[in-house]
Parts: sequence; structure tokens; C-alpha cells
Amino acid sequence: MPESSSAKNMLLSVRNLKIEATSYPPGEPPKTVTLVEGVSFDLEKGKVLGLIGESGAGKSTIGLSALAYGRGGVRITGGQALLDGKDILTLDKNGIRSIRGARVCYVAQSAAAAFNPAHRLGDQVIEASLRHGIMNREEAKKRALYLFRVLGLPNPETFGDRYPHQVSGGQLQRAMTAMALCPNPELIVFDEPTTALDVTTQIDVLAAIKHAIEETHTAALYITHDLAVVAQISDDIMVLRHGKTVEYGTTQQIIEAPKEDYTRALVSVRQTKRDEAPDQTGTQLKIEHISAGYANGFKVLHDVSMHLPKGQTLAIVGESGSGKSTLARVITGLLPPTEGRITFEGKELPRALKGRSNDELRRIQMIYQMADTAMNPRQTVRDIVGRPLSFYFGMHGAKKTARVKELLDQIEMGTRFLDRYPAELSGGQKQRVAIARALAAEPELILCDEPTSALDPLVAEGILNLLLKLQEETAVSYVFITHDIAIVRAIADSVAVMHRGKLVRFGPKSKVLAPPFDDYTDLLLKSVPEMEIGWLERVLKTRRMESAGN
Amino acid sequence: MNLRSIPLSAWIGIAGITIAIFCALFAPVIAPFGEREVVGDVWLPAGGDFLLGTDNLGRDLLSRLIYGARTTIFVALAATVLSFSLGMILSFTAAVMGGFVDQFFSRFNDLMMAIPTLIFALVVLAVLPQHLWILILVMAVLDSTRVFRIGRAVALDVAVMEFVEAARLRGEGSTWIIFREILPNTLSPLLAEFGLRFAFSILFLSTLSFLGLGIQPPAADWGGMVKDNKDGIIFGISAALIPGAAIATLAICVNLVVDWLMKRTSSLKGGRGDA
Repeated sequence: MPESSSAKNMLLSVRNLKIEATSYPPGEPPKTVTLVEGVSFDLEKGKVLGLIGESGAGKSTIGLSALAYGRGGVRITGGQALLDGKDILTLDKNGIRSIRGARVCYVAQSAAAAFNPAHRLGDQVIEASLRHGIMNREEAKKRALYLFRVLGLPNPETFGDRYPHQVSGGQLQRAMTAMALCPNPELIVFDEPTTALDVTTQIDVLAAIKHAIEETHTAALYITHDLAVVAQISDDIMVLRHGKTVEYGTTQQIIEAPKEDYTRALVSVRQTKRDEAPDQTGTQLKIEHISAGYANGFKVLHDVSMHLPKGQTLAIVGESGSGKSTLARVITGLLPPTEGRITFEGKELPRALKGRSNDELRRIQMIYQMADTAMNPRQTVRDIVGRPLSFYFGMHGAKKTARVKELLDQIEMGTRFLDRYPAELSGGQKQRVAIARALAAEPELILCDEPTSALDPLVAEGILNLLLKLQEETAVSYVFITHDIAIVRAIADSVAVMHRGKLVRFGPKSKVLAPPFDDYTDLLLKSVPEMEIGWLERVLKTRRMESAGN
Repeated sequence: MNLRSIPLSAWIGIAGITIAIFCALFAPVIAPFGEREVVGDVWLPAGGDFLLGTDNLGRDLLSRLIYGARTTIFVALAATVLSFSLGMILSFTAAVMGGFVDQFFSRFNDLMMAIPTLIFALVVLAVLPQHLWILILVMAVLDSTRVFRIGRAVALDVAVMEFVEAARLRGEGSTWIIFREILPNTLSPLLAEFGLRFAFSILFLSTLSFLGLGIQPPAADWGGMVKDNKDGIIFGISAALIPGAAIATLAICVNLVVDWLMKRTSSLKGGRGDA
């Protein structure tokens, strides 16, 4: 625990928090589940505490307890949360109301879902201050304008007149921070405020949040699963797992000298690097001058060309809207290109899905970002993995079952999963089953559309290692779509950087990720948070591109 | 599935449906009198020889109720099953194929729905010869427009999911996509709709019989029995309420069972989305 300071400066003091919920397993009596147990921490005025952990670690639940709030069915059953010495968990409804939105504010993960689309941003930003009678309208507007400036929003004078759909995701997240800061609260709870944003946008929002809380001397609880992000912004860090504290210390201690194994694993995650294949001359997949767009005439891809040798990995990097997923749809034939052609194993692929033979379809398989939606929830693992076997190879009966078991072995899952439904698997297991389904077709190329971005870092690393192992075993090629440079470093042989539908840079990994850079690649590379204190300040000083556009 | 997990409400529904079907199957055996047999005075009160009394012509009400279960359940069930088969196949095809096929089916469906159902049925039934299968067919076709609407909406929801895209990428045909990928994921709302539609079918058949275009006398059916005895209400005779209560009870029983089925299919295990 970090050195305790005078009680005078203590803002929030959580003691031995216990949070429970009731779960209703089908066909069984309801049972009580303990979500959080024995969590204690202290937060001084003006300081930032980072809560970090994978999904299900209870970090959001703990964050919300600072507002004496439990999400749907969640009950705070034990412990204290002392705000300025007074336990807010024992307050009545009116007491809680006077705290929420006034003394303690909340910033949600998805600002797009948290703003009311029917009202102007300015009115929503000052609403809480007016409701609580903290300021009158004039004062609140002045405060909002000041906050818009501090947060680096474009045209702060008129920004409040816009509606939520008229500003970008990064701006919306900053507007939400302004909304939380407006009533001059003592504490803000940030619940993964940058997780849904692109790296290049994330850095702007991060910098804005950091600047704003420094400027206004507000204390904050910063919840995230990304240790590199929290290292930039917080004074102390608490690592959580399964609702219990794993390690609690200063940021410097956690990053530089973690004591627990789990923390060490988190710190060292994403540091695997693989050398690229020395020989990149062959071409299994060749994409030439592809342009594509949607029926309404909106053009998404402009003259994109790249190629991939057999048994290697091509990483396509770019932020959302760069057209990287669209390129995958073009390769699969779901979206026929308007111009250009795709050659696979020396033969031109028919443009549209309908024109392709089953064998052509078999050789190119796909893994999706969200394994939940990519598998039929009404089919068991046996059906999901077995279908390509019977469809492409006509297998059935014992032979099929044996092959499914073999595939489950290959993805490092036991045969006990055979008759489970996707809903009965964890996120990482689902993605593994999706990989097994792709493997079942014995493909020569697998398109991976951000297969790890919805997963916790340690689970994601497991999936990446599995993909690499499978590549060694079966010599399958990957087209790996991602926004994460760390993943590119870990697995790619060649890299294509895309921006607004155009190919910015393409070549072997060592060349693409080495200077001299073009502006966009430079921005992208510099925006990836590094596990290092002071990284944010360093990058902001050297950044070349103007951030106002985000 | 184990029997213990079936809730009480579902048991009540199952019991009700079983009794109705049993009556329908073994009507000649369990009915105390014949269907068309005049056995006593007009509108005798319940009790004595006639457990539920007699109707407007002096026929035994209980016997007619038992025989009536036969026609009512058979016609309503046949019409509902047929309308669901028709509506679901057409709507799923529209949702999966999209484009022209979707437009054609959907606009034709709108056209059909634009004409008030009852008037449409009256006109068609008045023109066509009076056969039972024609009655069933007309009811089914008219009802299938409603099924089409719902079926298309839920199927479109599922058709854009990635696992359907994955099946397309695998090269699966429309039949597989419709029956293996989409159908199992749309069962919950469609089952709910089935229960409702079955109840509506009974009511619709009763309406038609009441207007004289459904089941033709002297054959018994519950709606027709309400019509036959409706004048008795003026004299304080409750004979019309008994077949009415039978209709209501059956509709409730069907919905109790459907509610339970719906809960089962949308539970966490194999449930969609919310897991």
C-alpha cells in the first residue's frame, strides 16, 4: 500500500468493500455470487488511482460503488466508502442524490450511447450543475466554455450548440469529460473512457483528460484493462482479479517492480516479437489495384495493391474507417470490387461470392472479431466445427467426431467442450472454437479480422501464440487485420498501413516499421501507449500532426 | 429436458390441451348423446340427464361441446400450421434472398393486408363451394400475411449476423441457411406468435361460423354453438356462455404452454446475444 498521508487530504477511503449479486442459472435455484471482496484503497484530493484488471475482475463494480451505485441486481453488502469521512453507502436516497452528479461524477465507456441524441451537447454538459443548483445558467455556460478549451475541443464557443451525432467519437468522449467536470466535483470515475477509440484518437483524449484533471485538481478513479494507458495518467495503481486485490502500489512500483506474478504477466504482455520471414518473394495472394465501394456510390477503397507469400502473415493496420475490414470483404467475395483483381495461387478469383466454387471458398477462411456473433448460438461446438468437415469433405459419423476431437486438441481445448453451446464458453474459448472451424476446412489462407481486440490482454496473447503455432504446423497464411501495432510486431512478416481507404505504406515489417516514416505511419506508431511512465508527455512534445482534427 | 423443470402453469396448459384433444379423438365414445340427436326440451337447465343442459333445439350441450372440439381444434390447428408454414417459408426466403424477391413478396403481402380480413374471407367463402379444406385454406392464407410480417422482421435481424455470413462464405445454400442457421434463432418470437395465432384462429373460425360461413349446421363447432344459443341470453339462459368459456379456456391453455416453451428456448443455454 502506498505511504499514507495526513487524513486531512483524504477524499475517498474505501474499506473492506464487499459486493454481491444474485445469478439465476437455468434449472437451478438462484445463488448469490460474490463479485468483490475485501477491497480497500485510499484516494487523496487531486490524485488519480488506476483500477486495472481483465473483464470480470470487478473494476467497474468497484468504481460505481464510489457513487453508491450497483448495476442491475448488484448489491453492496459490506464495507465502507468514506467520502470526506462520511460513509456514502449508508446514505438514504436523497443523500445519495446530492452526491451523484455533484460531488462524484461518472464518465462512461461509450459516450455515443451515454449522450441523449435529441439534445444539444451544451445543454447536457451543464444539466447536472443546474439541477443541483450549484451554478446558474450563465455561470455553468462559462464553466463549460472553459472546460471545452481545457479539453482542446475545436471551436469551444460554438461546440455546445452541436448535437452528439455532429461530433466525432473522440470529441464526444471529451465532451463527456466536460460534463463530468462541470459541477466542479471532487471525484470523477472514468470507466474505460478510451477503450472504444482508435489509438490516434485515444492519445488526444488521454492527454485532454490528464490536462483537465490537473488543471481542476479533481481526484479520479481511472478504470481500464490497459496497463500502459493507466501508467500515463495515475499516481497509484490497483491490480484486481476475480474481485480481489492482487497488488496495490504506486504507478512506478507496479510498472517497474511488480511483486505478484499476475502483475508481472500484465506488464510484460505484448512484448513478444517475431522476426519476419527472410524470403518474401513468393505470391500466394495478390491484390492488384482494388477499388471498392457500396451501392450508394460511397467509395471505400482506392487503388489498393498488396501481396502475400505462402505460409506468411500480412498485417493490415489502420484506424476505424480506414477500409481494412472492407478489404477483407473484397477478398472473401462478399463485396465485389469495382476495379482491380485478386489472384490466389496463380488463378484469378471470381469477384463475387456466387461465382466461386466450393473449393475456392474452402481455401480462404475467415475469423471474426466477435466470436459471439460469428457462431450460431443454437449449435454445439461439435456442430460448429463439424459442419465444414461434412460440407467440404463429406465426413460423417465416427470419422467426423474423431476429426473434431483432433481439431479441439489442436486449439488446446479438451474434448469435454464437444457438446457445449457458445454461451457456455469464455471469450477466449469462443475465439479458439472459431479458429478450429476455420482450420476444419484445411484452408491455405485465413483472414483474421481483429480476432483479439475484444479479448483481455493475457487471453489475446494466448490466441496469438496459438495462431503462430498453427502457422508452423500447417503452413497456413494469414491476412491479419488489426489496429494494434504491438500485434503487428508480434506476428507479421509484411505490413500494409491503410488510411482513409488508401494504402499508405506496404512492405516487409522491418522496412515499414523503421524510419523514414510518412506522416500517418509516424502518428500511428507514436500513438501506441508504451508501458513506460512519462511516455505520454514525451510523445506529445514530439508529435508532428495537429490533433484538433480528431 | 426433465419433467420437473416444467412449471405449474405449463402443466395446467398441457392438461387443458390434452383434455380437449382427448375429447376430439374419442368424441363418439365419451359423448353421452349423439351430435345431432334431439334428446329433450329446448334450453333445459343443467343437471339431471343433461350435465350442461340442452341447446336451442333440445340437443345435449355437453355432447355437442365434445363433438365441437373435433371440428374447432382440427380446423384451427390445420389453418394455423398451414399459415405458419406458408408465412415462414415465404418470409425467410424474402429475408435471405433480399432484392427483388423481397420486394415482390413484401409488396404483395401489403396488398393482401390492405383488404380487411373478415370482408375478404366473407367474399371468398361466399363464392367458393362449401368444403372444409377450402375454409382451412382461406383462413391459412389470410393469417399467413401476419406471420410473414413477423417472420421477415425476425429473420432479417438474424440474417445480418456474422454466423450467417460465415455460412455464406462456406458456400452453404439458402435451404441450409434458412433451416439451420436462421430458423433455430427465430423460434422464440415465432412460438409466441403461434400461440396467439392459434387462439385467433379459433376466434376467427367462431366468427365465421357465427356469420354462417364457417362450419355448416348441423355439425357442431364452438363458435356456431354460441351463435345458435345467443338468443337464450335475452331470457337469462346461459347456454351460449358454455361454448364461449370453452374457447377462452383452450386459448389460455395454449398460451400457457407457449409461454413456457418460449422461456425455454430463450434461456441462457443456447440463447442468442445476451450471454
